Amino acid sequence: MPMTLAEKILARASGRTTVAAGEFVVGDIDLALVHDIFAARVFDILEQVGAGGVFDPDRIAVVIDHMVPAPTAEAAAVHQRIREHVARLGIATFYDAGEGICHQLLPERGHIRPGMLVVGTDSHTTTYGALAAGGTGIGTSEMVYAMATGRLWFRVPETLRYEFAGALQPRVSWKDVILHLAGTFGSDGAQYRSMEFGGPGATGADMSSRLTVSNMALEMGAKFGLFAADAVTAEYLGKDGFEDEWQPDPGASYEAVHQVDLTALTPQVALPHDVGNVTSVDLAGDLRIDQAFIGSCTNGRIEDLRAAAAVLAGRHIAPGVRLLVAPASRGVLLQAIEEGVIGTLVEAGASVLPSGCGPCFGGHGGLLGPGERCIGTHNRNFMGRMGSAEAEIYLASPETVAASAITGVITDPRSLEAAHV
Amino acid sequence: MSDGAIRGRVWKFGHDVSTDLLSPGQYALDPVEVRMLHVLESVDPRFASEVAAGDVVVAGHNFGCGSSRETAAENLKVLGVACVAAESLSRLFMRNAIAVGLPVLIAGGIHQAFSAGDEIEIDLAAGTARNPATGAYCRGEPLPEEMRRILNAGGILEVLRHGG
Repeated sequence: MPMTLAEKILARASGRTTVAAGEFVVGDIDLALVHDIFAARVFDILEQVGAGGVFDPDRIAVVIDHMVPAPTAEAAAVHQRIREHVARLGIATFYDAGEGICHQLLPERGHIRPGMLVVGTDSHTTTYGALAAGGTGIGTSEMVYAMATGRLWFRVPETLRYEFAGALQPRVSWKDVILHLAGTFGSDGAQYRSMEFGGPGATGADMSSRLTVSNMALEMGAKFGLFAADAVTAEYLGKDGFEDEWQPDPGASYEAVHQVDLTALTPQVALPHDVGNVTSVDLAGDLRIDQAFIGSCTNGRIEDLRAAAAVLAGRHIAPGVRLLVAPASRGVLLQAIEEGVIGTLVEAGASVLPSGCGPCFGGHGGLLGPGERCIGTHNRNFMGRMGSAEAEIYLASPETVAASAITGVITDPRSLEAAHV
Repeated sequence: MSDGAIRGRVWKFGHDVSTDLLSPGQYALDPVEVRMLHVLESVDPRFASEVAAGDVVVAGHNFGCGSSRETAAENLKVLGVACVAAESLSRLFMRNAIAVGLPVLIAGGIHQAFSAGDEIEIDLAAGTARNPATGAYCRGEPLPEEMRRILNAGGILEVLRHGG
């Protein structure tokens, strides 16, 4: 029976020749990820339930990225406990504070391969779909179960297919594409579903763009956000041979197939307080900002920093605006320093934050006061997400965030281009 | 208990109630005694202090959207919420609710059928909810067997304690 990518991944993980949407399977976990918000709790409970060790210390990744650097003594103590657990359990894949954000590090350091089933105690584990891996979020109790047994139940999801045609215009990015999809289909438009991205337009998306799209598939409720393995995947991995296996089968069954024209797309922005509340930036109106944020697992890669620097080069942010830049990993930061990108951003008025999740998840380092407005490259604009419940969060591409930081109001990066001639 | 009938008082919320509202990020590392004080405080400051054991949360679409944080479901369970009944639930919230042993019901029309403070009668095994005051009746899908098994055990950790 022809299968979608999601069905192929869950068939392999459950040792079956075929599975179909709607079936329940028990899948073997290839990699289980925990970060510092949940790691200590997971390992503590694992001890309490008497499960003893973990199913395979080589299939577990631990990343300290949310409370980085530790903003409180309590967070520091949690990090100490995590390090003790990591040493006790013999977990090899451990990235300590400062290395970067988990969803950047695992692909960047070669831990993700096409076809893998990856669970993480983080909703944005869907990011790995960019590499044709079945990444999905779970909670802490489920993680304890997965770590103890190496398996977990899954419902094989129905698949929504998105066929891209055409090519993006200058200053329009794949962040705009996924925001456009969220706006069109809603923030629960792919609830319980696998999103499968393809078509001629998708082959033109580089890995950084795919990671952005798969990351935000979750913001439409998706279980997976998958691109098939192709030449872009092979180049990123430095290894080919995955392309034949990790494709959807011709004739696979889809709940719906949507055609998306890239050529016509304009820069998009998600308005408060819902990721699906999306409009074209040029229609957003006169919205003054207090803070602009470039970073996160959605858009904190070198490509994103370069795109922002290209807009900010030779300019300065508006008075009264704070521009925060958090490279997604130490590797990204280093490359951005070597390329002069950091210099450009700092000259334009940016503050560079540690590689981590702090402001994006509302933990620390760049939170908002009542009535403040922030535009950021991250993935969520829920009420209260970045501090005050009376603050407003807008989501956009690095180009749009950079342009907005310059003018002090939410700005279409294409208009700035024209004004600069 | 999970398979039995639930009768309780309704706390009503809207659509897209996120995990940031159910379990705000600032208190992510705090113990449950602190976390439970801030549940839904941005939308209903009375909820955390006034919700009583056996009460039911009724909501619109996409309840629990956002983060994987299980505390969103756990906080409600610790506060004594007997069931979350919504038009739809986010995938992660649904998994987490089952994992911590918090009963859920997905039923179309439920948001319309109840007002804050109404009494609600839920039959989880049948997947139905009834408003005894108005006679309004909502039929959803009963939970699949795999989820019922975990719920009836009291959560996935209890399944693990009893040998997986």
